[in-house]
Amino acid sequence: MIRTINIEKSFGDNQVLKGITTEFYDGRPNLIIGASGAGKTVLLKLLIGLFTPTSGQVMYDDINIFDLNKKELRQIRMTIGMLFQGNALFDSMTVGENIQFPMDMFTRRTLKEKRMRVDQCLEMVNMEGINNRYPSEVSGGMQKRVGIARAMVLEPKYLFCDEPNSGLDPQTSILIDELICDLTIRNNITTVINTHDMNSVMGIGDNILLMKNGHVAWRGDKSQVLESDNETLEDFIFASPFLRRLREDALKLRHGE
Amino acid sequence: MLIDTFLFNFGQYVLLLKTAVAKPERFSMYYKETVRQMDAIGVGSVFIVILISMFIGMVTAVQFADQLGDSFVPTYYIGYIVRDITIIEMAPTITCLVLAGKVGSNLAAEIGGMRQKEHIDAMEIMGVNTAAYLIMPKLVAAVFVIPLLVAISAFVSIIGGYVATVWPGTLSHTEYVLGLRSYFVPRYVFMMFVKASVFAFLLTSVSCYLGYYVKGGSIELGEASTNAVVVSNVLILLFDFIIALLLT
Repeated sequence: MIRTINIEKSFGDNQVLKGITTEFYDGRPNLIIGASGAGKTVLLKLLIGLFTPTSGQVMYDDINIFDLNKKELRQIRMTIGMLFQGNALFDSMTVGENIQFPMDMFTRRTLKEKRMRVDQCLEMVNMEGINNRYPSEVSGGMQKRVGIARAMVLEPKYLFCDEPNSGLDPQTSILIDELICDLTIRNNITTVINTHDMNSVMGIGDNILLMKNGHVAWRGDKSQVLESDNETLEDFIFASPFLRRLREDALKLRHGE
Repeated sequence: MLIDTFLFNFGQYVLLLKTAVAKPERFSMYYKETVRQMDAIGVGSVFIVILISMFIGMVTAVQFADQLGDSFVPTYYIGYIVRDITIIEMAPTITCLVLAGKVGSNLAAEIGGMRQKEHIDAMEIMGVNTAAYLIMPKLVAAVFVIPLLVAISAFVSIIGGYVATVWPGTLSHTEYVLGLRSYFVPRYVFMMFVKASVFAFLLTSVSCYLGYYVKGGSIELGEASTNAVVVSNVLILLFDFIIALLLT
């Protein structure tokens, strides 16, 4: 479990996060949602220690990662997998080499063992047989899957996904969401997903954190979204007239009208 | 303001280098990367170094032959002057100035591109010491390979001088070789290698630093690449002077 305690972050005079206290649970997808500029990416980068907070704590179980020295932080980071918005796959390496890279760096496995694990990870994301292709030779959706495979290769305790559905068609987005959700539950890992995608919110949102102007504006799960009377949530999720009508119809159905 | 910027950048540069000289996570990975960089920096620059050195030697010899033409100075001095100018100054300095343009801009763009595409963040999150993995192999490769390029440059320059003066008949083969073998000071070769190693370190570390901390988009990446060349060149000339003061 990851907890943030009164996290604040400023860039010069601009205070981006204004005291975030929240929890991200094991074995289920935790979603951070909110409009652009709400502070989602800053919060995610704080969670993984890429940014240092102005004040507050980020606790991995009982360890505040900002109390650690660089070496200890690297030890924690070896238990983290991350899927970047732009995938961050190394262009000069093949798909197989990309997935193998963390093992080359941190394990003493033999080449045969590493290749077996690469195949296993590709199978896990339904991408068998593309080991020798370069990232530029596969589609955006496939790159996301390869990114997930690389994030999972060292069997992380924590998985972070920054906009995993950006640039993908709705069907592929749903597949990626299901894949992340499945891996999270099967491996009982703490998964934090930063997303704009409403399909993700309604599909896999077991713990949703809605942010607005650096604050937590709402917290709940997907089953509470329809019924909530939180104005920020309504404005954000049911932004279009079509979605508002859809919501009204869904509520009528739910209440048997 | 200028002093503030200088002090900030100098401090950040020193801290980056301190982080870069850490114990490798996996020696074999660093070794592989060092060999790759040796190939990119060394083998990839041999042709341009040979080409430039040939012309430097030719121009030096022709100019001195012209200046000494009507004097009482023996013509074999042309070989002697070409040799010493090449070893002391031309080979290390001009080669490294050219390499700052070719290798320095390339390193800044490579690392800066990795920063912008979040490759560096991805490695950081995996637990890799990115300063060490991305900079140390390049530094080791450059400090090992660039002095070799400078030695090649000195050799080719002297041949260039020969081609430009002996072939047209300005002086004979015997005179040129006599000049090359006269008043040889081994210390100058040592000075050449000291200069080459220091310049290699400067151009590589400065370029990596500017690439590593690049912010923004493609315009900023272009600026970092240009700055890598400009700052490296200025530092090479400054340290050329300092080394000349210290070793002569």
